[in-house]
Amino acid sequence: MRISRYREKSAVTTARKNRLEIIAAQLSRREMVKFGLIGASGYLVSKHGLSHWASGGLPVGCDSRTPGGAVDFTSQAAKGRGGNMASPPTRAFIEPLPIPAVRRPVSILTGPAPTIAPNTAAGEGRTRAHQAFTKYPAKFPFAPAVKFETHQRPGQMSMSPDLPLQPIWGHDGVWPAPTYHARYGEQILVRNFNQLPAPDQNGGFGIPEVSTHLHNLHSPSESDGFPCDFFGRGQFYDHHYTNVLAGFASTHPPDGDINEALGTLWYHDHRVDFTAQNVYKGLAGFYLLYNQLDTGNELTGFRLPGVPGSDFYAPIQFDVPLMIADRIFDPSTGLLFFDLFNLDGILGDKFLVNGKIQPFFEVEPRRYRFRVLNSGPSRWYQVFLTDKGTNTQIPFWLISNDGNLLPKPLSVNSITMGVAERDDIIIDFRPFAGKTLYFENRLEQLDGRGPTGNTLAAGAGDFIMQFRVKGTVSVADGSADPASQRFYTLPDKTAAPRMTRTLQFQRGNGQWQINGRLMDADCSTIRFRVQQNSTEQWILQNNSGGWMHPIHIHVEEFQILSRNGVAPGPSEVSRKDVSPLHHSETVRLFFRFRDWEGRYPLHCHNVVHEDHAMMLRWEIDQTGDTVPVP
Amino acid sequence: MPTSSDPSPPKSWANTSARDLIHRRYFPDVMLTTHDGKRVRLFEDLIFDKIVVINFFYATCEGICVPITANLVKVQGLLRDRVGRDIFMYSFTLKPRLDSPAVLKEYATRFQTGPGWSFVTGDPDDLELVRRRMGFVDPDPKRDADKLNHTGMVRYGNEPLQLWSACPGMSRPDSIAKSILAVDFANR
Repeated sequence: MRISRYREKSAVTTARKNRLEIIAAQLSRREMVKFGLIGASGYLVSKHGLSHWASGGLPVGCDSRTPGGAVDFTSQAAKGRGGNMASPPTRAFIEPLPIPAVRRPVSILTGPAPTIAPNTAAGEGRTRAHQAFTKYPAKFPFAPAVKFETHQRPGQMSMSPDLPLQPIWGHDGVWPAPTYHARYGEQILVRNFNQLPAPDQNGGFGIPEVSTHLHNLHSPSESDGFPCDFFGRGQFYDHHYTNVLAGFASTHPPDGDINEALGTLWYHDHRVDFTAQNVYKGLAGFYLLYNQLDTGNELTGFRLPGVPGSDFYAPIQFDVPLMIADRIFDPSTGLLFFDLFNLDGILGDKFLVNGKIQPFFEVEPRRYRFRVLNSGPSRWYQVFLTDKGTNTQIPFWLISNDGNLLPKPLSVNSITMGVAERDDIIIDFRPFAGKTLYFENRLEQLDGRGPTGNTLAAGAGDFIMQFRVKGTVSVADGSADPASQRFYTLPDKTAAPRMTRTLQFQRGNGQWQINGRLMDADCSTIRFRVQQNSTEQWILQNNSGGWMHPIHIHVEEFQILSRNGVAPGPSEVSRKDVSPLHHSETVRLFFRFRDWEGRYPLHCHNVVHEDHAMMLRWEIDQTGDTVPVP
Repeated sequence: MPTSSDPSPPKSWANTSARDLIHRRYFPDVMLTTHDGKRVRLFEDLIFDKIVVINFFYATCEGICVPITANLVKVQGLLRDRVGRDIFMYSFTLKPRLDSPAVLKEYATRFQTGPGWSFVTGDPDDLELVRRRMGFVDPDPKRDADKLNHTGMVRYGNEPLQLWSACPGMSRPDSIAKSILAVDFANR
């Protein structure tokens, strides 16, 4: 398989060379076609069938060099498994894993004092009043004492020493954006400035209008980052993040249900039709939410790995967020390449963690908590912990699904993630002192439709990140043994639903549809209305024929009742906000809607699908509707 | 530590502008013919320095082409005299062997399209190249070969500002018009 791919690739390179020679001989394209020198796809006629390479519609054969050496860490994608343009070669595991900085509160906000109503006159892009301060003033005194500000602006960063500095857009000019540390019971206000450059300064992709979504926070609608709530250059937007447990005003007064606690969240741009470009450009970061049980300190509460310093707004040792991303770099300029005309899903041939291509991370022989995020744009992962020397897989502990702690840790050999899913895991490096281990993605995927279904053999996948296990520990491991841990109890999901709704995801003539209908670019159509303080079941059906979709639903996470009528596996006995929708699958979800009202989207989180209208708007209000097939 | 050997990256990276890269990647240098019989260069004459709206169709298509063309007529109406001034609409044929300029002219007349909207044909190899480069392709080769199943997506973009996206051709005309105007940054 691999050899034939090499041959195919070298045929492309040869064809391109020949073509360049013919061009140098000053034959026109027309003459080349006339003389039978060029085929329909625009490349020299080849016996090897170049359609695979041409299907992305891109010039190919740009650079087929493969790094040599005893150990081959070249991306599988670069060998022809999914990339439609080959990035330039880069060395692996020569730079350390960056740890994103933690954002620090400000004492005084830049600009006017916050207001409950949008401060349009002062340049605020918000269109609706903050609902929490007026609906629940005792719970949310105005204004929040803890305030942050973030400035979305251009920046430059190195993703590899073998590539030029990359122009990006980032919160405070960095990618990953600074991490928020937040606590339940402490509301915060984030003033979000759009200081992005004019569009002709976008480096070829990205629109300088933003709507920042805090993924999985139970946010009031006006602070959620709704796709059409975007605001322009020079404007700001105040987000009110309430950090309150679900049910505080209904089923579990006054503080909400601890069993609904969220943990690993992330924030990213959500501008309608341009989300993929803007997030690819760097507008994404983590938001970690702690509480009295998930404390960030391994000596208290659930005793999950983590040794905090005296400063809450600093990275916690041994509690490490990992933002996985795949990207393509233009082989001529060495710069980030975004395939503007791709409609299916963009697969990168370079794998980055926290903004670095294939970094290494020096770890101590003790337990670590990793918060693994698939930040997209489109790829599915199955990540193993591989001992490269023996090509064996090492089990580890899965403790969350979508960042929400499971009832108890599960021993797993791998984690499988669609775009936007978060898995918290615990790896105990103690038995591996002095060894080198790898995160390896062994899920084969050739195009945006989804993985092929093949899991590659250990050692044959893509090595995303290297762990170098030191010989000694600097801080004794005070964390609890996952084998004996218990976390939250799952909330009841047996309540009879007020409504059962069916949502069929279809594709007709290349257009995504939900129940046969299309999304409007201005998000104006409300497809259904949920009654506040009710329960519902939603049936998601994949009728799109050969495509897989990670479906994300804002504001309330759900529990999966069944996949094709069968109870989900243990890792999905959990609270989630992204449901992978596999081929021809029917998934039944349980929801309980409580605290907030307003507009929210439901969409595919393959952001290329999302930007091509695989989305709908729904709402929560006092009355709700009774439309079973909205 | 195992690391790959030195990849010896190029000594200097090309300093091509993003705008030029987009031109080279997506708009091959081909000559095409409009329904008015005008010979045009794809990039220089149709795309350069314009806001453009692009779809693929064929004149005898009895599937989605009809509703999409009808939809785009409404879009053209909503965009009024902007079309032909700084916004241009292009419908490229998927069947250039059948769709001569005269056939396209008849099609345009039938739908009463206004100025600034060209129906484009040309050498079949050229149009196939254009279709692939512009991404009007289904990843499933069988589906891709089935013209009845061709994509109904409409691509829109602002060439000088490097803003490109696409929307379903069968969405509401006002929604399509709004998408197009969203990349018209200079006039917002």
